[in-house]
Amino acid sequence: MKSLLKHRLAWPVIALAALLLLNQVFRPDFLSLRMQDGHLYGSLIDIMRNGAPTILIALGMTLVIATRGIDLSVGAVVAIAGAASCAYIAASPEPGSPVTAATAVLIAVIAGLALGIWNGFLVSTIGVQPIIATLVLMTAGRGIAQLITGGQIISVSNDPYKSIGAGYLLTLPISILITAAVFILAAVLTRRTALGTLIEAVGINPVASRLAGLRSRNIIWIVYVFSAVCAAIAGLMISSNVTAADANNAGLYIEMDAILAVVIGGTSLAGGRYTLVGTVVGAFIIQTLTTTVYTLGIPPEVTLVFKALVVITVCLLQAPKARNLLSSLKAAPKPAAKEKVAI
Amino acid sequence: MVPVVEMTDIAIGFPGVKALDGVNFRLFPGEVHALMGENGAGKSTLIKALTGVYSIDSGTVTVLGEHKQFSTPAASQAAGISTVYQEVNLCPNLTVEENVLLGREPRRRGSIDWKGVRSRTREVLAELHLDQVDPGSLLSSHSIAVQQLIAIARSVEINAKVLILDEPTSSLDADEVNQLFRVIRDLRDRGVAILFVSHFLEQVYDISDRMTVLRNGKLVGEYMTRDLSRMGLISKMIGREMEALAELDQAPARTRARTDSGVTPFLETRGLGRKGSVSHVDLSVYPGEVVGLAGLLGAGRTEIARLIFGADKADEGSMAIKGASQRIRSPRTAIDLRIGFCSEDRKEEGLIGDLSVRDNLVLAMQASKGWARRIPRRVQDELVAEYIQALDVRPANPDALIRNLSGGNQQKVLLARWLVTHPELLILDEPTRGIDIGAKTQIQKLVSQLAADGMSILFISSELEEVLRVSDRIAVIKDRAMVADINNDDVSVEDVMTVIAGGAQ
Repeated sequence: MKSLLKHRLAWPVIALAALLLLNQVFRPDFLSLRMQDGHLYGSLIDIMRNGAPTILIALGMTLVIATRGIDLSVGAVVAIAGAASCAYIAASPEPGSPVTAATAVLIAVIAGLALGIWNGFLVSTIGVQPIIATLVLMTAGRGIAQLITGGQIISVSNDPYKSIGAGYLLTLPISILITAAVFILAAVLTRRTALGTLIEAVGINPVASRLAGLRSRNIIWIVYVFSAVCAAIAGLMISSNVTAADANNAGLYIEMDAILAVVIGGTSLAGGRYTLVGTVVGAFIIQTLTTTVYTLGIPPEVTLVFKALVVITVCLLQAPKARNLLSSLKAAPKPAAKEKVAI
Repeated sequence: MVPVVEMTDIAIGFPGVKALDGVNFRLFPGEVHALMGENGAGKSTLIKALTGVYSIDSGTVTVLGEHKQFSTPAASQAAGISTVYQEVNLCPNLTVEENVLLGREPRRRGSIDWKGVRSRTREVLAELHLDQVDPGSLLSSHSIAVQQLIAIARSVEINAKVLILDEPTSSLDADEVNQLFRVIRDLRDRGVAILFVSHFLEQVYDISDRMTVLRNGKLVGEYMTRDLSRMGLISKMIGREMEALAELDQAPARTRARTDSGVTPFLETRGLGRKGSVSHVDLSVYPGEVVGLAGLLGAGRTEIARLIFGADKADEGSMAIKGASQRIRSPRTAIDLRIGFCSEDRKEEGLIGDLSVRDNLVLAMQASKGWARRIPRRVQDELVAEYIQALDVRPANPDALIRNLSGGNQQKVLLARWLVTHPELLILDEPTRGIDIGAKTQIQKLVSQLAADGMSILFISSELEEVLRVSDRIAVIKDRAMVADINNDDVSVEDVMTVIAGGAQ
C-alpha cells in the first residue's frame, strides 16, 4: 500500500477517483452508462468527449515540456486549423461532400505541421527561448485565423466534417476514438522507439546529451511539430462540434488547461521524466472538475476559485515537502524526504 | 572525553541501493577525524545524514549528549555543525564580508551596520591568517583556495563546534594545501572537531588524528592514524588481502606502442587552436598508443580535448583523422569519426541523472543510431550486463538511477557508454578524479588494455604519476599552448616538471 502511494501516478488517480465519487454521491446515476440508438451515453462519456481536445493538446504539451520547453501557441493553432478547414469547406463548390471534408482535414493537419515546423525552427535552430518563441505564434496566430475567416464566424454544413467532433462510431463518440488513437500513437512512437528516452535525456541534461552525440535539434523539432499537429486535430474537433470556425474564441486559454493537465499528471515543468498516462489523468481531472461544478450546483462566480483549490491540492499532494508535513501531522515527526518527486 | 557527535547504528537506503547499514561514528572535540573509504563506501551519505540533507531510516544521532534528528541542513547548522564542500557554496557575486556574515549581519536600528560587518570580518579573517584579503572585494575575485578559507571563516564566525571538510583539497596546489592545513590545525587546537574527507592518502596522514573506515555502506572500524599503516588502511578500504593489493599496485605491464615511420596516426593536428582558448596544438596519436596530456590545472588540457571532440569549434589550424583532413564541428561529427570523450565534469557534462544506468550506458550508441532505430531491449540488457560485470559497477543493477551511484561507479558507466560504441580514439579527461584507489587502478588497467587492443587514447590527468604510468608519449601543455612532446622512456615526474617550469624542450 505504501509503495503504491509512492507511485508517481498515485495522487492524480486518487484525486480523479475522489472527484468521480463525489459526483456519484450527489447524483446517484452519475457513473451509470446507458445505450440509446446504438450510442453510449452517460456522464463519463460526456467527460471524455468534452475533454478530448484538452487531452490531445496536453499529450503534445507533455513531450514539449519534457524537453524543458513550453508551447503557448496551441490555442492559436486550434483557431487557425478550424478557420482553415471551415473556410475551405465554405468556399468549395460542393460544401457537403465527404471529399471536401477529407481535404479540409488534410489542410488543417498540414497547417499544424507548418506551424509546428515554425515553432521548432525558432526554438531549436535560432535558439529562442520556448516561452518567447511560442508567444509569437500565440499572438500572431489569432490574427492569422482572423485573416482566414475575414473576421467573421464561418458556419459550415457538412455531415462527414460534423462527425469528427459530434459523430459516433462503434457506439462511441468519434472524438474519443481519435484521441485514443493519438494517445496510442504517441505512446508507441516514444516508447517503442528511442524517442522517449532521448527526449528525457535532452530535458534532464542538454549539455551531457550533446556530448553523447545526441542531435537535440531534431528531437526538439519533432516535439513542437507533434504538439502543433495535436492542436490542429483538436481544432478540427472543436470547429466540427459547433460546425463553425470562431477565430477569436476557439481554443481560447486551452494552453493553460493543457499545461495544467501535464503538471497535475506529474510531469515536471523543469523537463525530464514525463508520463503520458499521467497527462491523460490530469486532463480528466480538469474536465471532471468542470462537470462537478454543475453537479454540485456551485454558483458560477465561485467556479474558478473551486477549480483552483482542487488543482492546488493535487499539486501539493505530489510535493515532497507537503507530503512530509502531512505525514508528520499524522504520526511522529518524520524527517526530510530522500527522493525528490516532481510536482 | 565526551564526543561532540555520536552516531549509532545508522542506516539509510535508497531505491535499489543500501547506502549505509549499521554504521557508528564518533567525533571528539579538538581532533581531526578522517572519514575513509572507497567511492560508494558511504562517506558522502554519512556526511549528508549528519548535515540534515538526508533523513536516516534508523539509528540515533547525538550532538553534545543531546538526541537530535536533523530534518534540514539549517537544523544541523543550528546545532553547531558547519560544512565546507568541495564546490564552494558561497555567493560569488557578493563581497567577502557579505559572504562571511550573510544572514547574521550586525544591525543598528534595524539596518545593517556595515562598519560592524567590516570590523567583524577583519577579526575573523585575521584569526585565519587571511589579513591580506580585502573584506570589501568580490568573492569571485579570489582563488578557489581562498574562497574555501572564506567558507571556513564563515563557520568560525558562527562558532561551529563541528567543521566538516568534504574533499577540500581536490583543486588546491601544494602551497594552498599547506595554508589550509595551518588553519585546520589552528581550529583543532581551539577545540573544534574536524571531520576531514579526502582521497589524498598523504594528506590524510599529514592532518588526521583518528580515522573511521567504511566499506560498502558498512563500518570497518575506527583507528588512531598513527596505529594504522598506509597499506593497512588501503586493505581495509578495499577489503582485500595484501598480496592482491600488491598486484593491483603494480604498474600495468605492457609493451609501449611503436610509432615507427610508415604508420598513419589516427589523429594529427597542426597548429590547432581557438581564439581565447588554446593555440599551436601539434598533436598526433597513433593507433594503440596512449598519449598523456600533462600540465597544470588550467593550462588548457580540457580545452584541447574539447576542440578535438568538436565540443568547441576550432578556428585555426587543421586536423586529420587517419590521414584525411577533417573539420569537426560538433560532437556528433567526432563520434561518427569514432572518437569518444569522457568529460572531467561528470555531473554537468556526463550523467543524465534521472535516467537509469542502462539508459545512460547505451545513450551514445543510441544517439548515433538515431531515435527511430531503438536498440532492442535484449541487446541493451546483454551489453549492460556485460559492462557492469567487466567494469565491476556496483550496485550491479541496470535499473538503478545513475544519480544514486557513487562517483567511481558513475565514472565506470560513463566509460562504458563510450566503450560500447567501439571508438578508435577515446579522450579521457580526468577519468580518475575523486575516485578511490581500487576503481582508479581498475581504470588505469583498462586504459592499458584498450590500447593493447589497438585503441588510441588521449589521457588527461592532474596527477603526473598517473600520466607517466599509463602513457606512451606525453604532450606537455603550458599556458594554453602545447610546448613539448616527450617519448615516455623512463621519464620521471621531475623531468616533466622541468619542462613545465622551463617552457621549451
